[in-house]
Amino acid sequence: MLQDTWLYINTHWDLIGKLSLQHLQIIAIGNGIGVVVGVTVGILISGQGRESIADIVLYLSEIMMTIPSMALFGLLMPILAGLALPSIGYLPAIIALVAYGLLPILRNTYTGLGEVDPAMIEAGRGMGMSNRQILFKVKLPLAVPVIMAGLRNAIVLNIGIAAIAVVIGAGGLGVPIFRGIRNFRPDLILTGAIFVSILAVAVDTLLGQVEKWITPKGVKIGREE
Amino acid sequence: MIKLENVTKIYPDGTRAVNNLSLEINKGEICVLLGPSGCGKTTTMKMINRLIPITSGKIYINGEDNTKIDENELRRNIGYAIQQIGLFPHMTVEQNIMTVPVLKGWPENKRKKRAKELLELVGLDPAIYSNKYPAELSGGQMQRVGVARALGADPEILLMDEPFGAIDPITRGRLQDEFLKIQEEIKKTIVFVTHDLNEAMKMGDKIALLKDGRLVQYDTPANLLYKPKNDFVRNFVGADRALQGLRLLKVKEVMSTSPPVVKVNDDLAVAKKRIEEEKIPWLMVVDNENRFLGWINKPDLATCRQGEKVEKVVIPPTTTAFPETFLNEALSLMLSSAIGNLAIVDNKGRLKGVLTFDILREVIGKSYVGERSK
Repeated sequence: MLQDTWLYINTHWDLIGKLSLQHLQIIAIGNGIGVVVGVTVGILISGQGRESIADIVLYLSEIMMTIPSMALFGLLMPILAGLALPSIGYLPAIIALVAYGLLPILRNTYTGLGEVDPAMIEAGRGMGMSNRQILFKVKLPLAVPVIMAGLRNAIVLNIGIAAIAVVIGAGGLGVPIFRGIRNFRPDLILTGAIFVSILAVAVDTLLGQVEKWITPKGVKIGREE
Repeated sequence: MIKLENVTKIYPDGTRAVNNLSLEINKGEICVLLGPSGCGKTTTMKMINRLIPITSGKIYINGEDNTKIDENELRRNIGYAIQQIGLFPHMTVEQNIMTVPVLKGWPENKRKKRAKELLELVGLDPAIYSNKYPAELSGGQMQRVGVARALGADPEILLMDEPFGAIDPITRGRLQDEFLKIQEEIKKTIVFVTHDLNEAMKMGDKIALLKDGRLVQYDTPANLLYKPKNDFVRNFVGADRALQGLRLLKVKEVMSTSPPVVKVNDDLAVAKKRIEEEKIPWLMVVDNENRFLGWINKPDLATCRQGEKVEKVVIPPTTTAFPETFLNEALSLMLSSAIGNLAIVDNKGRLKGVLTFDILREVIGKSYVGERSK
């Protein structure tokens, strides 16, 4: 079986490359939108006196996570069709990835902003920073490591989920897996699985570097000690 | 400069944190808000820059009602140094100091110049520290940067909430001294919150002692010690009142200005004669320019031979003090010196006088209060 897999991989580099790129594309777009939405909503629900809204939003996105991905794809099709939008292909896949990636990003943004030392915020306020200045000059830079951790979580999770998006015709590394299941070809299943894993590890490593790169230097020094 | 008029703060839960408090703080003075925890001192301070909204009453800054000023504008014009230092860990020392100048939109070269000046003022070399991050500094250095940051845009008023709180006693003492020196230069109007009586005595031109949100006594440190208004004040300043009193006097106010002296090139016979005349077991030795060289102990004279010079038996001083030294510091210097007496010299080393235990005993006994000349 391993030999078959190796043979298949060796003879299908073109296809695997194409599918991996497709996979990455869906992930990049889905999580790109997920970050913007997640961080924005995270900021919006983190203000003072918004604890109850935050609870509701976090609860809803937790429920979202519990919907099996197959069911979500199935639900998205009639909804999108009803809205006269393409019900198969990239669009439903990306919507699903945004939805699944939302919770980790949202929760970590909310937690990260909430965990900023109140003394920092008071120092900012006491020196005459407006709420917006406190957010952008103090809270967000300090919350970067926590938000990034959430993003990494979301992406690794979504790399797995994107493999299922093949059922709605979004392509990606799910293609060999599902083809293998249908035709009883373990070598195809393994090929897909191996490359999904490689992709997940590679992307996570890359994001680890990005995290190091965008975490403010002073915060890094503080953590190392 | 700052005037509080019937200021009251009632929190939403009904706590009356500050109760009908009126206080006037003069320009260039350090006013210490002192009291046990929960007395309303921090609340009072934070109402000045409106971090805490006032319930009733008025606070005037330079005659202007502070609720009529835009709150961010108000805060940018009042320096603020807080308890846990509150330096931004993601910003360099320079960026931290430039926080308010940036908010005020100063041009970059002016900001950088100011940051450099301030680092020099607080005794940190800009070449070394400008680009360091708070995590790379010691506690004392962070406090210094905290003070520099509060002075960022050269505000007339400074609010300091236990700025030297989270630091070891030795460093704290040094920072307090340095800050007083800086204050002599910059003459800011300062509201300083502390629960530490010693710190209040040292830093305050005036002390406002608070209890349960009410002002109990607003007075100079000396009056708080020696003219306590009631038992609460008496108990608060405590039983070590006499020792506290030492903190209010400088050496020059009590030292003996005619100490028994011999010249270093005198014959020992002269020294022997002086000791017998003065009926004391020691002498002080100076050179021809009256510079202090050390002590002579009576027992050391017993074995000397004829014709020998004072030089032979002089014991160099372990420590000396300046006329401006406060008596509490002088006392600890005396305790650590072998002779037990303290030579007082000027900055060129010339002998100005001597401080002995007898003098101190007399001072403590009389609980003598001089005019505070800080």
